[in-house]
Amino acid sequence: MNGKSSDDHISTAFDNDLRQIENLVVTMGGLVEEQIEQAAQVIVTRDLEKAAALIASDKRVDEIEEEIDQLVVRIIALRQPAAQDLRAVMAALKLASDLERIGDYTKNLAKRTQVLAQVAPVGNTAKSVKRMCMMVRQMVKDVLDAYLSRDLASADEVRLRDEDVDQVHNNLFRSLLTYMLEDPRNITPCMHLLFIAKNVERMGDHTTSIAEQVHFLITGEMPDDERPKGDVTSTTFVEAGSAA
Amino acid sequence: MDMSTHTDASDATALPKTADHTKPVKMRGEKVSVFYGEKQALFDVDLDIRQNQVTALIGPSGCGKSTFLRCLNRMNDTIDIRRVKGNLSLDGTDIYDANVDVVELRARVGMVFQKPNPFPKSIFENIAYGPRIHGLAHNATDMEEIVVSSLKRAGLFDEVKDRLKEPGTGLSGGQQQRLCIARAIAVSPEVILMDEPCSALDPIATAVVEELIDELRQNYTIVIVTHSMQQAARVSQETAFFHLGYVVETGVTDDIFTKPSDPRTEAYITGRIG
Repeated sequence: MNGKSSDDHISTAFDNDLRQIENLVVTMGGLVEEQIEQAAQVIVTRDLEKAAALIASDKRVDEIEEEIDQLVVRIIALRQPAAQDLRAVMAALKLASDLERIGDYTKNLAKRTQVLAQVAPVGNTAKSVKRMCMMVRQMVKDVLDAYLSRDLASADEVRLRDEDVDQVHNNLFRSLLTYMLEDPRNITPCMHLLFIAKNVERMGDHTTSIAEQVHFLITGEMPDDERPKGDVTSTTFVEAGSAA
Repeated sequence: MDMSTHTDASDATALPKTADHTKPVKMRGEKVSVFYGEKQALFDVDLDIRQNQVTALIGPSGCGKSTFLRCLNRMNDTIDIRRVKGNLSLDGTDIYDANVDVVELRARVGMVFQKPNPFPKSIFENIAYGPRIHGLAHNATDMEEIVVSSLKRAGLFDEVKDRLKEPGTGLSGGQQQRLCIARAIAVSPEVILMDEPCSALDPIATAVVEELIDELRQNYTIVIVTHSMQQAARVSQETAFFHLGYVVETGVTDDIFTKPSDPRTEAYITGRIG
C-alpha cells in the first residue's frame, strides 16, 4: 500500500518522527565526536583559540538534546509507542543524555586547558590524556555506527573496550600522584589533569552506557553479564619516594 | 473519588498486576477450528484461559478473535452454517458435548457486548431477569439482595440506588454498560466474556469500566476482545494475538507489549499492519 515496506508504519508521520529522532541523535553524536577530537588536540597543543571554540560548540549539543527531549515527549503523548518503537524513543532519550554529558566533559577539559597553558607541561601526562580521548572518540564513533545499523555484536564489543580506557587512567593517576609528591609546584597542573583524566574516564563510562542502551534497543533486554571494570584509582596509594 | 486520583485500575487492587502462571486453567481451547460454511475463520487455535486473570484477545478486524470469544459460551450456535472442530473445555469438561445444557453454560460463562444493550425495563428488572429465569432467588428479599450486590460489584449502585424503578435505557452509555456487567454478574457466572466493552464509551466511562474489570478479576475469570492496544496493555495479564484466523503469539501482557517474539505481533502492536 502506497509503496510502503513492511518496516513502515501505517502512519507516515510516525515514521518521520522516528527517523527525525534518529537523525538528531546521530547529528548530536557527530558533534560530540568532533568535541572529543578537539579536546584531544588542545590538551597537547594548548591552543586557547581552539579551546574557546570547543567551549562554544557545546551550546549546539545542548540544544539538540533539548530538541530530542521534546520530540520524545511528543511521540509518547501522541503515538503511545510500543515494543521496538518504545525502545527506540527511550534509547534516544538516554543516548542524548549520555552524549550531552560527554560534551560537557570536553568543555570542562577545554576550560582547564586555559589554566594548564599558564604553566609548563608535566611530563608526558597530556599525551596520555590525548590517548584516552582518542580511545573514547573511537568508541563513540563505533557505538553510534552500531546504533544506526542495529549491530548487536559491535555494540557489545564497544562495551568491553571501556576497560582499556580505565587502564590508561590508572597509570595516569599514579603518575600524577608521583609528580605531585616530587614537587609541590606540580600540584596545580596535576590537580587539573587529575580532574581531566577522571572526566575522560567518565566519558568512557557514558559510552559504555550508550552501548548498553543499543543492546537493549536491539534485544529488548539489558546485557546481563558483568562487564570487566578496570578503574582501580579508588584504591590506589602512592607513597613518597616510591617510583611511579 | 478524589480528583487527584487516577481512575487507573492498577492502584486499586490487591491482586498482582502481572500474569500468574500458577493459576489453574479455567477454559482451554485445543486445535479449535471454526467454519462458516465453506470459509474457515479459525485454524487450530490452542489457548488457555487462566482463572482470576484477564486475558485479552487482540488482532486486526476479521482475525477471528470475536469468533473465538463467541465459541467460549457457544454464542455461535445460533448460526446454522457454523461448524466448530477441536476441543473447548470449561474446568476440564467439553462444552460442545451433546449433554451440555447451553443455557446453563451461558449462565456460567456470561457475556458483555460492544454496545450496551439493557432490556427496555427498569434498572431493577434488568438485573432480576437472569436470576429469575435461572431460579436463583427464592423470595423477594433474596432477589433484592442479588440486585443490590450485583449493582455494587459493577460499581453502579451508588449512582442508581434512588431510581431502581426507572428504565435502564435512561442511563448514560457508561452506566448502561456497567448495568450490563451487573446483569451478567447477577447469575453468578465463573467466566465473563467481553466483546469490546468500551468501544462505545467516552474516555472517563472507559477508565471506570477498566477499573471495574480489574476488580472483577478477584472473583471471575475474564476474557476481553479489544481493538485498543492500550486497553489490552492496561487491563490484561495475558494477551493472545490473532491474525488471519491463527493465534500467532500468546504470553504475558507485559512481554507482548515490550518485546513480542513474533514479528507479526510486533508489526501489529506498533501500527505496521492494519
